[in-house]
Amino acid sequence: MKNLTIFQKGFLDVLPLTIPVVPFGIIYGVIGTEMGFTPLMTFVMSFIIFAGSSQIAFAQLFFTGASPWLIISSVAAINSRHLLYGAVLSQHLSKLNLQWRILLSYLMTDQAFSVSSIYLKKNKNKFNCHFHLLGSGFTLWFLWQLSTLIGIFLGNIVPEQLGLTFTIPLTFLALIVSELRKIDHLIVILVSGTCSLIIYNFPYKIYIIVSSFVALTISYFFINHFKKNI
Amino acid sequence: MVWLWILIAGIVTFLTRFSMIALINPKKLNNNTKKVLTYVPSAVFPAIIFPAVFLDKQGLFLSSINHPQILAFFIAIIVGYFLKNIILTILSGLISYWMFIFWLS
Repeated sequence: MKNLTIFQKGFLDVLPLTIPVVPFGIIYGVIGTEMGFTPLMTFVMSFIIFAGSSQIAFAQLFFTGASPWLIISSVAAINSRHLLYGAVLSQHLSKLNLQWRILLSYLMTDQAFSVSSIYLKKNKNKFNCHFHLLGSGFTLWFLWQLSTLIGIFLGNIVPEQLGLTFTIPLTFLALIVSELRKIDHLIVILVSGTCSLIIYNFPYKIYIIVSSFVALTISYFFINHFKKNI
Repeated sequence: MVWLWILIAGIVTFLTRFSMIALINPKKLNNNTKKVLTYVPSAVFPAIIFPAVFLDKQGLFLSSINHPQILAFFIAIIVGYFLKNIILTILSGLISYWMFIFWLS
């Protein structure tokens, strides 16, 4: 397949998952400027950091006068889930040169990881399969920058009553809902979710990465004790 | 100064994305690690989903199970489970959320 065809496939695969990206980007643009950042700063943050929940945490913590190290630690903790995504993707990207790996790392998001890791796994023999991640990653990147600008200059044009922030959990649900059929995945899902509810109020927003590790420990247990014969 | 911290936050974020891709040699990953990595979406995403559905903005449990977003969440699970379609899962959740808000208010 041509590079462009695979790029387009990445674009199309990630498209349904971008439903929350635009309202979320707009919300960030509004919050950023309301918290006292200049429009340029708010926009450049989307460009340099390119991670929605970290940017909102950054803006809010900065506004409350938190120490910079606390802000950086929170950003690191929120983004630490990328380490796991990177570990998964490394299996498919190791043949690429440094420039490609830097570019694709920069573009890696929850949604792009999710759709492209499935594609890369199925098409690992294609020499240009990484164009899928480029397509999904760039699509998200572009929409994020665009919606940040909309938020900055037009304000909150999406009525809050529409409850579009609720599409964030719905999108992630859509990505794992087919795993509910497998008992091992179902248990991993319930462990991670329950854990996140219990430790949600721990500092630095570490609940995501801690819950993930607790759940992965359970999965390691499954692999060693139940799947030896499969 | 703000610019400096934005830049540091950007570098930290990039390193979380880049470090594993740069450091891991897939040939050296053992089979058990590879298998554990297949559980990454199932281990990470619920930690994003559950608090967004069951907790309010202050991080407290929603007072009632009849809350529109909890009901809509379960509808989306049922639709997604049987239809196995990403866009229908999201839309069924969103549309039923709107309907529950309308009915319950």
